[in-house]
Amino acid sequence: MKFSLTSFFSGLVFGIGLLVSGMANPEKVLGFLDLAGLWDPSLALVMVGAIGVGLVGFLIAGKRTVTLFGSPIRLPTATQIDKRLVLGSITFGVGWGIAGFCPGPALVAIGAGETKALVFVVSMVAGMAIFEMFERSMQASRQTARRGI
Amino acid sequence: MIEIDWNTFTPGAALAGGVLIGLAATLLLLINGRVAGISGILGTLLRPSRGDIAWRVAFLAGLIGAPAVWIIAAELPAIRIDAGYPALVLAGLIVGIGTRYGSGCTSGHGVCGISRLSPRSLVATLSFMAGGFLTVYLIRHIIGA
Repeated sequence: MKFSLTSFFSGLVFGIGLLVSGMANPEKVLGFLDLAGLWDPSLALVMVGAIGVGLVGFLIAGKRTVTLFGSPIRLPTATQIDKRLVLGSITFGVGWGIAGFCPGPALVAIGAGETKALVFVVSMVAGMAIFEMFERSMQASRQTARRGI
Repeated sequence: MIEIDWNTFTPGAALAGGVLIGLAATLLLLINGRVAGISGILGTLLRPSRGDIAWRVAFLAGLIGAPAVWIIAAELPAIRIDAGYPALVLAGLIVGIGTRYGSGCTSGHGVCGISRLSPRSLVATLSFMAGGFLTVYLIRHIIGA
């Protein structure tokens, strides 16, 4: 609860960054993904700018184990490159290519009053819920199998 | 041969926006101790655990609230969504499933993961880029929609 305000501010700056860069506009994202058409390289430069700053941020984070306020920094621990990672990411890319929306820009576009973005995000959350249910049933059946039932 | 569209390419704005995104991710990392991976921030709310909800909701509210803050100073930039409703529903479902299955999206793997030099995130980013390139190629140049 304590740092919800900084989290809100971070989301705000992230969203403004997406608006400044033009990435909240699916037309521009698709212009990047369309290598065979007239190509708009903007998205690559957004990545360059974000990673350029992010490298410094994560370098600082790597040298300390706690935040500026002393709570733990939680970084992802998974390192394996497996089927799940690659297939999941390719799947995400297919959906990204269909509409030109990934999660962040779609949320920003909702704030800009775009009904289509809302439809996308509701469907996306439904997709996440479907995956969650599938995961749980897989886990349950694995446990059942282990118990030998 | 790739031909650059110099009429739509906006290098300055792209870099500046990218820097803001990097700053936002750094802020969340050094103050909240969290990685700014948007699909994860949203998706984990579907199985919430105590004390782990408020910062997620706040971050998402910030994203959605960005245009409201923007219009205080300037007119909103153009947002053009060509996809129709059936395509948006399909795309949304696929993005939802894919980002959870692959544990991340453009922000978590693409920006944060590469920033922390994670080989795993680099592979994920190359994978979703490949998926995106191929899909747009199919839709625009093979099917011709």
